[in-house]
Amino acid sequence: MFLIYCPHCEELREEEEFHPKGQAHIVRPADPEACSDEEWGDYLFFRDNPRGIHHELWVHAVGCRKFFNVTRNTVSYEILETYKIGEPPRITAESLASDEVQGKVQVASSGQQTVGATNATVETVKGEKA
Amino acid sequence: MSEQTATWFNHYDVRPQSEVPAESPLAWSYRKTGRPAVSQQSRVVLRERAMLGHLILRGGAIVLDEAVRRVLGFGLPGRPNTLTQDDDGQRSIQWLSPDEWLVIVPGGEEFALEGRLREALGDARDTAVKNYAIVNVSGGQTLIELEGECARELLMKSTPYDVHPEAFPVGKGVTTVFAKANLILRRPSEQRWELVLRRSFADYCYRWILDAGAEYAIGVDA
Ligand SMILES: [Zn+2]
Repeated sequence: MFLIYCPHCEELREEEEFHPKGQAHIVRPADPEACSDEEWGDYLFFRDNPRGIHHELWVHAVGCRKFFNVTRNTVSYEILETYKIGEPPRITAESLASDEVQGKVQVASSGQQTVGATNATVETVKGEKA
Repeated sequence: MSEQTATWFNHYDVRPQSEVPAESPLAWSYRKTGRPAVSQQSRVVLRERAMLGHLILRGGAIVLDEAVRRVLGFGLPGRPNTLTQDDDGQRSIQWLSPDEWLVIVPGGEEFALEGRLREALGDARDTAVKNYAIVNVSGGQTLIELEGECARELLMKSTPYDVHPEAFPVGKGVTTVFAKANLILRRPSEQRWELVLRRSFADYCYRWILDAGAEYAIGVDA
């Protein structure tokens, strides 16, 4: 079983009930008419493909059918937190990098960030606010 | 903005008196697959409660709660994935999503209920924050009950959702995966599980349940 916390249902649900919907936090240009072709093309077609922390849009397709955001590590597939649309992520590549400096995060031999020593993962999966 | 808000709706009886008989989504399955009889050995009993009134309510919880309290005498469930019922368990409201609830009432009540709810919500249409929708989905789904000592075991074979009493207490209800389809699974009382099946999945789910229940000598209470 692979369980994902739905911030709307407020509980862990089986992964089968969810679908990923791509990168989150894509802002539509306020004035599309004023966009250059490149800006509009970037908005429409180009997506980040980071190695490590990625913020994604998911939908609880079989449950409440609502969209929400997921912070996921694309290397370990670990889901670090889920949060509602409109809310900012609590965990970002930057926040993990600064944790790393403070010695809160274990660094894998490849130099890739993995969440380790902190309880951040467990806490967020349970949906508790730190 | 408010001038552009549609304030009209079609409120009509979807099941008028007519020569065309209304049929449950399982009518075909009963003819094609049949109904194994309930026997002494049956450790699961399936019972359809066909032709109930199903309404979907959408909108803000506070406004809708006020209206259903006035009309039905009990409020919306306060927590996600729970349901509320009236005293004799004939009428229920289930949380489906943060702005969506399923109301189930005895068959034939839904038309009048929709009218009374719209009346109670009347002024609510005047402001944008109070937008709401009521949709009669009675024809699109049916409700079946599972009872018996092995009902939970049958569910465990069919859904990834945890149906252990600790995870699934009385009063809970969820939309989840069932076999390779999905349905609404609810537990209105200690002994009884309720499954709300969509019409298009009804035959598949019915045959799945009979197959999964074969080892418990499942019977269909006609
Ligand atoms: Zn959900």
